[in-house]
Amino acid sequence: MKARSLTRMNNAAYLYLLPWLVGTVVLQLYPFVISFYYALCDYNPLRKPGFSGIGNYIELFTKDAEFWISLKVTLLYVIYTVPFKLLMSLFIAMLLNKAKKGIGILRTAYYLPSLFGGSVAVSILWRVMFMDQGMVNSWINLFGFPTVSFLGNPKTALPTLSLLEVWQFGSSMVMFLAALKQVPSALYEAARIDGAGRVKSFFSITLPYISPILFFCIIIQTINALQNFTSAFVITRGGPLKSTYMLGLKLYNDGFVFWRMGYASATSWLIFLLVALFTLGLFSSQKYWVFYSDQS
Amino acid sequence: MFFASFKTNSEIFSEINLFPREFNFNAYRDGWKGVANNTFTRFFSNSFLLVIPTALLTVISSTLVAYGFARFEFKGKRIMFLVLLSTLMLPNSILLIPRYSIFLTLNTLDSFSPFYLMAVFACYPFFTYMLVQFIRGIPRELDESARMDGCGSFRTLISILLPLLKPALFSAGLLQFLWTYNDYFNPLIYVNSVKKFPVSLALRLTMDAETVIIWKNIMAMSCLAVLPVVILFFLCQRYFIEGIATTGLKG
Repeated sequence: MKARSLTRMNNAAYLYLLPWLVGTVVLQLYPFVISFYYALCDYNPLRKPGFSGIGNYIELFTKDAEFWISLKVTLLYVIYTVPFKLLMSLFIAMLLNKAKKGIGILRTAYYLPSLFGGSVAVSILWRVMFMDQGMVNSWINLFGFPTVSFLGNPKTALPTLSLLEVWQFGSSMVMFLAALKQVPSALYEAARIDGAGRVKSFFSITLPYISPILFFCIIIQTINALQNFTSAFVITRGGPLKSTYMLGLKLYNDGFVFWRMGYASATSWLIFLLVALFTLGLFSSQKYWVFYSDQS
Repeated sequence: MFFASFKTNSEIFSEINLFPREFNFNAYRDGWKGVANNTFTRFFSNSFLLVIPTALLTVISSTLVAYGFARFEFKGKRIMFLVLLSTLMLPNSILLIPRYSIFLTLNTLDSFSPFYLMAVFACYPFFTYMLVQFIRGIPRELDESARMDGCGSFRTLISILLPLLKPALFSAGLLQFLWTYNDYFNPLIYVNSVKKFPVSLALRLTMDAETVIIWKNIMAMSCLAVLPVVILFFLCQRYFIEGIATTGLKG
């Protein structure tokens, strides 16, 4: 009796999973594998792929100065955004955790930018605000400082874009907030009785407790930052002097402007390798700093 | 942004005041005219035509799949779930070009079908994973007792689990609505003709199309573009935050 009902359940499960099975094979796994092949080809969607071995990679590494620039820009973007975004979200989450009244409104105010921050409308707003005659510069002038060419100067363009990314800290903040609520308050009291100050109890209680969430946020935010496209495309178009020419932008230009899809696939595999290396590195560092409360 | 939509170019650029000198809605009227004989009426209806079916289909397919994962034991479950989790981490950029050529071969480019197809076939692992987590939070005894009473598995899903899952389904739908609505990159690749542009692409196009950019018109349209997001958020913020906090992904 039991065995029979189990078999029936088996078949039913595959029926429910059917859309996902088809989708995963056709639109996730197959593309993943075939893009590895495309990267080894001279591929243009209108022609048959012609095999060219590691030619694309050789060209990327040795002949394409653009590649090294955009690799540098992308890594800088990750370094500028991820730590600041996480620090900011943790800081605000801790403030909100203390707040007693009006937390709903505050949480909303901080979370809202993350919802539409990635949209074109906000990228356009960013461009208007940081233009040479934009509002930010009017304020700078008001205080007697000279105009800063935020988006026109290769030195400041990337930090300006990074600021837009950091501003969208809401979703990691919400997660930190949820994690902070789960830290048992008895621990803090015990620490206080033992004479630990705020800083000490932050590092020895709060941080270990939220480390799984922190770990998770670092991975997700880094993967996102490595693939950024919209803000660079809408606000600066990669300029000035390619100072914001990120890998995502290069991928789009190579693939969908110059129709060199094999070449662009090679770039996408390098992005994938970056993501994989980073994730593996972080996972293997996990045992030194991430504490799961179900382990002792 | 809202205030800038009432200012003239020179006001936007030279004044420190947040508030404009006078309020009139000319920018909204002029901006609405859009580009290349396509008004924003068209762009907004395109956006909704893209977003609403995508969100609905995503919720339906992800619920079915999540139910399969959360409530059944079957051969290969472990490995399949592992695949689901790894696709969650797979960077989108690597799938982009092959997906483009698949949709090219299927002759579905320059339409919203790529988005619909991806939704039908549950290609948004985030939502599947999110719903699996939610279903796991519902006690199994509930559906087992329904089964005792002779409910088939589908009936159990519809009459026992769905009512309990309502908030989760709602947050999944909302998040997918907003992400697709805000999405710029995918429409840019899959949709080519201006008359099919969603709002996100249209905004960018208006900025490029004119030699002298009249910023207040663009600001006005940008305001309108974020309006649905803001309204939805305020109406249902509980669901958003729940969705983010329980699965903690994205953004």
